Amino acid sequence: METRDWVREGLRATAGGVLAIALSITNIPLFVLFVLALVLTPVLGLGLVLLPLVTALVRARADLSRRLAAGFGVPIARPYRPRPEQARLGGWRRYRWIITDPATWRDFGWLLPGAVIGLVLGVLSLALPLYGVEGIVLLPLWIWLATDSYGYGAIWPIESVGDAFLSLPQGALILGIGLAAAPYLRRVDALFAHLLLGPTRNAELRLRVTQLTVTRADTVDAQAAELRRIERDLHDGAQARLVSLGMTIGLAEEMVDRDPDKARELLAEAREASSTALVELRHLVRGIHPPVLAERGLDGAVRALALNLRIPTNVESDVTGRLETPVESAAYFAVAEALTNATVHSGATFAYVTLHRDGDVLRMEVGDDGQGGADPGRGTGLRGIQRRLAAFDGTMALSSPPGGPTIVTMELPCVLSSPRTMLSSGTD
Amino acid sequence: MRVVIAEDHALLRDGLTRLLEAFDFDVVATVDDGPSLLPALLANKPDVAVVDVRLPPTFTDEGLQGAIAARTQVPGLPILVLSQHVEPLYARELLSDRRGGVGYLLKDRVSNVAQFVDAVHQVAGGGTVMDPEVVARLLDRSRPLDVLTVREREVLGEMAAGRSNAAIATRLFVTEKAVSKHINNIFSKLGLPPSDDDNRRVLAVLAYLNA
Repeated sequence: METRDWVREGLRATAGGVLAIALSITNIPLFVLFVLALVLTPVLGLGLVLLPLVTALVRARADLSRRLAAGFGVPIARPYRPRPEQARLGGWRRYRWIITDPATWRDFGWLLPGAVIGLVLGVLSLALPLYGVEGIVLLPLWIWLATDSYGYGAIWPIESVGDAFLSLPQGALILGIGLAAAPYLRRVDALFAHLLLGPTRNAELRLRVTQLTVTRADTVDAQAAELRRIERDLHDGAQARLVSLGMTIGLAEEMVDRDPDKARELLAEAREASSTALVELRHLVRGIHPPVLAERGLDGAVRALALNLRIPTNVESDVTGRLETPVESAAYFAVAEALTNATVHSGATFAYVTLHRDGDVLRMEVGDDGQGGADPGRGTGLRGIQRRLAAFDGTMALSSPPGGPTIVTMELPCVLSSPRTMLSSGTD
Repeated sequence: MRVVIAEDHALLRDGLTRLLEAFDFDVVATVDDGPSLLPALLANKPDVAVVDVRLPPTFTDEGLQGAIAARTQVPGLPILVLSQHVEPLYARELLSDRRGGVGYLLKDRVSNVAQFVDAVHQVAGGGTVMDPEVVARLLDRSRPLDVLTVREREVLGEMAAGRSNAAIATRLFVTEKAVSKHINNIFSKLGLPPSDDDNRRVLAVLAYLNA
């Protein structure tokens, strides 16, 4: 079993080497084109069009190397700055976006050395196994020819049948070494690519800031909208009802002596009004932070939710204990929204939820047997989930082919990336 | 009739005490947090307890847990649980010991004094009282108690709300005899073994909650 894995890895790495050789060769025309585009910039402004096109090619090529490297255990993030809006092809804005991005120049700097390293390592990872195979396969030939004209491995030239037989173990050894070495050669290639194709610490931080800015704006917007909704609900609902309640009771007080029957009627009315106000408040509270979530945590709240749905819903969960309150809340509302979609829009007869905690990541899956065809582009529900989760660096993926089934997969880091700092230092 | 009240809100605790005393209940103890609930119930062995779900110190579901724990130690100890919100999940947990003498109501229901006092009496007498909202939510689901007819489901819903055969008959505009026929059909369709009446009613409601 061990050996088979090892051989498979070796073969995969050798294939990767072949791919790297082919890709490396394309670096040379890309390099020439890039220089040409730079040189032609002053000439009729041709570079304004040419450079963005060539850069797109270079970036596509670099992306291939990034994917190849990821396949051998060295993930490389894309370092490019996002394209500014209204940066049309041939425009100055587009050109400036490209030439001011350090990643463009790092790509450029990588093209030639990357090609050389890719070629050398690729050829090396291919040549060793091939030479080994030659030793094994060509053995019968030596037996027949047994001439002094050729040799193999350490024996040069082969002078006898005995010498010829020695090429077999040598070949096997060299093949073994070649296969064993190939993954390491791939890794070296990938590490070199990482050096120049990965984001610098600076670029990494910039990407993170961009992402945080977007999610923070989304969160702030969503929160403001939520507060506005709560304010309006309270104002039009409970508050108004309490005012009218006070009036009704006041009226009843006036009536007690003059018209006791009317007073009793008014009091009954007041009681009804208080019930209605409570119903409204309960709905509002459920929307802010469901009491059952506060009482039972994510696991219990999702189970309680499932019992309230119109269709049978199976809940499987290994999430025990309590998560951080904001995470718990985000997870609950994401699951609730996904379940609402399942029960309302899909025509499903069955739904399920699985909650699984995998170290610091909470994985949630909501599925149904409905007609599928859900599209995050339409409707605000799925977009809302995405936004809610993004605030915690969480993600959502949707699979909903026409005809179903629909599966929403969500991931949420359980540990807040920025633990709140303690306000009191403990000295007082 | 001896009552224990568990409610952390002083206003509501005094209100409940006053209300129950006005209807000739004897409030033997009041508690305002979770840890003192179980000892109070075990020491006083009241005829009925009225317990708020959410109590200090954790403000989660300590009242509910206390009620369930007390009923494990004193099987069938009548407890009426009150809450600001109702969950079928909690109803199921309360009923899962398959004994009567359980109630689960929204706090709002207290304002209808006659009905509330009636519910306390029913729970004390070993009956089962579920809040209409729990029942309504369960009726709203399309999941199967398919074997039951629409009428039988209605009767089951009324049973869950803790109504007697006579009360169900009045509400559904049928004779009491028709109601008991429906109920017998429900019991046999749900495969409930013959036993004393109250217990079978609880089991039927439980089947309803688990469906």
